[in-house]
Amino acid sequence: MTTTREETRAPAPPITTETTRRGGLALYLAQVGALVWKDLAAERRTKEILSAMLVFALLVVLIFNFAFDLRRVEMDLVGPGILWVAFTFAGILGLNRAFALEKDRGALEGLMLAPMERSAIYVGKLISTLLLMSIMEIAIFPVYALLNNQPIRLDILPVVFMGTLGFVAAGTVIAAMAANTRTREVLLPILLFPILVPVIITAVGATAIVVRGGGWDELAAPLSLLAIFDIVFLVAGFLVFEYVIEE
Amino acid sequence: MTPSRLNTATRILGILTLIAMAVSLYMALIWSPPERTMLGDSVRILYFHAPAAWTAYLSFGVVAIASVMYLWKRKHIWDIIALASAEIGVLLTTLTLISGMLWGKTVWGTFWTWDARLTSTLVLWLIYVGYLMLRAAIDDPERRARLAAIVGIVGALDIPIIHFAVLWWRTLHPQPIAVRPGGPALDPPLALTLNVAMIAFTLLYAYLLLARVQLELTRDQAEAQRQPVEAPVGAD
Amino acid sequence: MPLLSVQRLSKQFGVHWALREVSFDVGAGDVVTLFGPNGAGKTTLVRLVATLGKPTSGVIVLDGRPLKASAASVRQGIGFVSHQPLLYPDLTAHENLTFFARLYGLTESRPRIDALLGRVGLAHRADDPVRQYSRGMQQRLSLARALLHDPRLLLLDEPYTGLDPVATDWLNRLLAELSQQGHTILMTSHDLQGGAALASRVLILAGGRLVFAADAASLAPGELAAAYLAAGRVATEGARDAGMTADGLRGAP
Repeated sequence: MTTTREETRAPAPPITTETTRRGGLALYLAQVGALVWKDLAAERRTKEILSAMLVFALLVVLIFNFAFDLRRVEMDLVGPGILWVAFTFAGILGLNRAFALEKDRGALEGLMLAPMERSAIYVGKLISTLLLMSIMEIAIFPVYALLNNQPIRLDILPVVFMGTLGFVAAGTVIAAMAANTRTREVLLPILLFPILVPVIITAVGATAIVVRGGGWDELAAPLSLLAIFDIVFLVAGFLVFEYVIEE
Repeated sequence: MTPSRLNTATRILGILTLIAMAVSLYMALIWSPPERTMLGDSVRILYFHAPAAWTAYLSFGVVAIASVMYLWKRKHIWDIIALASAEIGVLLTTLTLISGMLWGKTVWGTFWTWDARLTSTLVLWLIYVGYLMLRAAIDDPERRARLAAIVGIVGALDIPIIHFAVLWWRTLHPQPIAVRPGGPALDPPLALTLNVAMIAFTLLYAYLLLARVQLELTRDQAEAQRQPVEAPVGAD
Repeated sequence: MPLLSVQRLSKQFGVHWALREVSFDVGAGDVVTLFGPNGAGKTTLVRLVATLGKPTSGVIVLDGRPLKASAASVRQGIGFVSHQPLLYPDLTAHENLTFFARLYGLTESRPRIDALLGRVGLAHRADDPVRQYSRGMQQRLSLARALLHDPRLLLLDEPYTGLDPVATDWLNRLLAELSQQGHTILMTSHDLQGGAALASRVLILAGGRLVFAADAASLAPGELAAAYLAAGRVATEGARDAGMTADGLRGAP
């Protein structure tokens, strides 16, 4: 231990500072806010999750180009699928890292000690992952469009957001589970992708509609489907999370 | 239930299953006439395929119920039932997929088509294979039971959602018109054969479930007896 | 009424019993040290008291309230220092404490955080990421985290492990001060050097059972060491016929 002589000798000041305490919903929201702030503050310092997701998503786009030797016509068909493979695989990477950091020095246990609803941890991690994934997606989509000679369309944004929300709603729960197993990282995609098939199918379908220039009337059906899936996964995740991390 | 009473129950159920299976096989392979309109002798695969699919769904339903019961009551037995049922369910889903592919080859001319029912069944199979892998990756029995129960519940809730999504997705792409099982009504002798097969498979499921639960209980007992040698807990 | 009352507490992992029928009380202001060889169940016990697990049977009562029923509000009264620092390595000391202060619902926590960082001797490193801290520094920060919400009961799991004599002395003085200020302390230790000096009461746990309990003042010289060694022998040799109760061992030479 590297304490200076001065520090060990100095008489410790008694703790007299008065602090006030919050309660109720205000406390819950403050806790969720603190959890999001903590994730973003750490990420701002290390940038490790965001950079890993960005590079990986870019690699996926690149590798599919090699794999398919893509041309303009085929791109309309396979492009949406490539985008979502890039988004979700990069998302898996981000989720795994996010929970590895929680387990690293037992920090998650520190959270468990706090007088806090377990669901606050779920909501906090969901929001911070959603933010990081959104940044990654907003950065990757124009690059993908440029590389593949595709139009940059803004009406893809709601589709991407709703698809990502569903992904994160289920992914946060499964990632918390996987972090408690021996095989850790391996288990997240294996458990998550089958469960997320509905969200991915619908998101790819909706993206295909956008790419081919379909209007809002065409998009209404997949978007409302995505909304239903998002709500189901959010409610289920919110209710179930307490059981995931109870120890 | 005490192990010995469970033992007797399993044995009786085993004998019943054996009889039902023998009758069902005789009816399916020999007694039943071929289907007249288009399936011909390939209908005999259906006597195997449809009951396998039904019991697969049944077993995943049991996993979900046992999982809910575990999270509620926290009794080890519910976890054992969920485990046993999931293992049998994966086996039955595998059989469903294989028999479905064989049937598809003879009737549709192709082993696989990405239609809604096939796709959902494959996803279902993947979910419960994941469930078993999750179980294998956790050492602490309490945590294993708890996390597995969550997947058991979420997986079952996901089944209708998957089907819904796959159906929507299919409407986007044109689909070769295919003969679907359960489309035209079957002739009485064929329907009878199918019903007998359903009963036989349900009995088989119940027998396998009991036997598997019993095996797990025996293993627990053995473990408990071995314990004091490994980790002394002092005198009583 | 004791501040903490542990009643017939048992915890089972699979078929293995980590704790069996452990009962003891901790009075307000006491410093209780729980000794025991490795694997005796000490960590399991403090973790249960810290609400980081559910007992298989038995109850823990803190301040007259059973732990299970009111875990969230009970947690306000507990501070826990674990083997691991329970901190975020990529945040600074100050950020870590700010974060945990918000979880505990503390507002205007800044002066308190600064005071605590000074008290654990980390004021000059408050803005460095915890990743760059030595093990000892992380542990002191962990102590500051546990004291953040001014808990009535402070739990420390093996706080002396890996500390050099200077650090041990520092920790002893800090804990003595906290005790004087009315904090109740329950800590574990696997060797008799750590934690014996401060203790007002000592307990020995072996094989998941409480085998010895005495007020520190009433101990004859060498009695604690003898009891600990006897308990250790029982645990390693698995003597099932030793008739091991707290009283039985107490009477042994």
